[in-house]
Amino acid sequence: MTNTYLVAVDGSDGSRRAAKFATERALASNAKLVFAYVIEWSPYSFHTPDELAERHKRREEEIERAQSTVLEPMIKSVKDQGGDVEVVVRHGHPAQTLVELAENHSATQIFIGRKGESRVASLLFGSVAGALVQTSPIPVTVVP
Amino acid sequence: MKRIVASIFALLLTTAAAGAAGIDETINTATAPIAELIGKIVFFKIPLFGAQLPLVVLWLVAGAVFFTIYMRFINIRGFKHAIELVRGDYANPNDAGEVSHFQALATAVSGTVGIGNIGGVAVAVTVGGPGATFWLIMAGFLGMSTKFVECTLGVKYRNENPDGSVSGGPMYYLRKGFSERGMDGFGKFMGIFYAIGIFIGALGIGNMFQSNQAYVQLNHVAGGGLDGLGWLVGLIMAAVVFSVIIGGIKSIARVTEKIVPFMAIFYCVFALIVIFMNAPAIPEAIGNIFSGALTGEGVAGGALGALIIGFQRAVFSNEAGIGSASIAHSAVRTNEPVTEGMVSLLEPFIDTIVICTITALVIGTSAVADPNFAGDARGIAMTSAAFEHQISWFPIPLAIAGVLFAFSTMISWSYYGLKGWTYMFGESTRGQTIYKLIFCAFVALGCVVQLGPILDISDALVFLICVPNILGLYFLAPIVKRELESYLARIASGEIKKYKNA
Repeated sequence: MTNTYLVAVDGSDGSRRAAKFATERALASNAKLVFAYVIEWSPYSFHTPDELAERHKRREEEIERAQSTVLEPMIKSVKDQGGDVEVVVRHGHPAQTLVELAENHSATQIFIGRKGESRVASLLFGSVAGALVQTSPIPVTVVP
Repeated sequence: MKRIVASIFALLLTTAAAGAAGIDETINTATAPIAELIGKIVFFKIPLFGAQLPLVVLWLVAGAVFFTIYMRFINIRGFKHAIELVRGDYANPNDAGEVSHFQALATAVSGTVGIGNIGGVAVAVTVGGPGATFWLIMAGFLGMSTKFVECTLGVKYRNENPDGSVSGGPMYYLRKGFSERGMDGFGKFMGIFYAIGIFIGALGIGNMFQSNQAYVQLNHVAGGGLDGLGWLVGLIMAAVVFSVIIGGIKSIARVTEKIVPFMAIFYCVFALIVIFMNAPAIPEAIGNIFSGALTGEGVAGGALGALIIGFQRAVFSNEAGIGSASIAHSAVRTNEPVTEGMVSLLEPFIDTIVICTITALVIGTSAVADPNFAGDARGIAMTSAAFEHQISWFPIPLAIAGVLFAFSTMISWSYYGLKGWTYMFGESTRGQTIYKLIFCAFVALGCVVQLGPILDISDALVFLICVPNILGLYFLAPIVKRELESYLARIASGEIKKYKNA
């Protein structure tokens, strides 16, 4: 059975490095790639009535933007190299959603880029990579 | 558009020239007779056992009782499931990013939790005695069923616009629902009737009453320093509302929407503290609520008088039967309109049964401890006095909370009114701006006019929109009932599954 690698992508330089790194590993070991784009979102936030009315439209736009500006160029690059890749865009809490997606796709490993924030910033705001390392049931590779 | 701005400007200039103290009075004398006339028409009263029963209150009570029985006490049997829905137990992870049940509820609650919960309750207790509180709670309980019906219909019959946004609310379910039953013409008429009602009604309950009471409390905290300056406070509030709804400065609205829920919790916590500080008075205060409800001692019209006041204030606060909340709830994307109805029944519970009751107890226990605690203060000033009695500095945070509550309610209502307006006149930006300008003008006006006439106008307008809405609900209730039974059956059979906490 082939391995599946889940890669967290968000259009940042760090996530591009992670995608490149994971692609190399996947091609070498004949593993399948899943690029996961998580849009940070909470079902418990507060909105005005007109924001609610436009929410569905905004959601479609956010997904469309993630697909066209970030994921499509990435898939193309992997396919050009002959890799097997699938993409998924999901709203939710980043680390938690990545873990859920990894389980859904029976991934064996997660790759994530690091933002390279200062120690103070990551202490204050936390980082997705940090939270993922703490909660993931499968190995996590943090790409600097 | 330019002409309107110019005329508002001219009005400001003349008023400024007329001298500050004089303006407030002039506007007051000019509006009082109008308020009285509207009040007389809508509150046509039937004398009944010595009390004066406004026809429209009877209309609301009858509706709420009917829906409670017809839906077989959905307000009780749907309660637990409503909480599970809000918690997200049934939320499909693939739909993440759409409006959640929690968000729709929070937005609708921000719109209803307003000055009515603080000032309106004081009005009820002053006019209807402690017994009015009992009927207020009763009205909240029955109102849960009305809310369930209207919000289910709101989702079921909403419009999905080509651009992906949604428009829903009573005007849509009245039109489409009646049309489905083969009453096309009548449905169109009702939709328009409601749309006119809500865009005019929004100027009262969701506007003038709010800005008025916010001003009263600010003035109270300032020790009367703002006397005669209502026009100035009004203009400032109007300017802030203007910057959000016309200027598109969403950040202000977003901040308010975020603060209001915490303010509501903060308010409840301090109210409970005050109630406990008045601990020795609690049994008597609760006793007064029950005995007052049955005897109506000292109230014009006795027990029935207390009941009328209680119901009137409850509807004014939780908006059950008005149909406004169904406009906000329509935004939820769900295959099961019933789920949104269930969630919405928590609204009168939070608004009336929890928050209004707490306010009533603060006032009630203070009154037992010292019958003259408030002097001749009315409305929010009375509630403030009750807090001040125990916590001397509380009127200041109460004023801040009051302004924020008023503000978030005004923002929500400007949207509700606008939906009525666009239903009538289409989505043109120009028309929308005209409505928004009118709305801002009324914010300013609210600070200038006395509470009495404002309450009369607001009550009258609000109850006016209940007429088409509830009439429609009677006709459409069987559809809701069918949906409800089918939904519950599928829950029981396990066809609809929980995703979390199963």
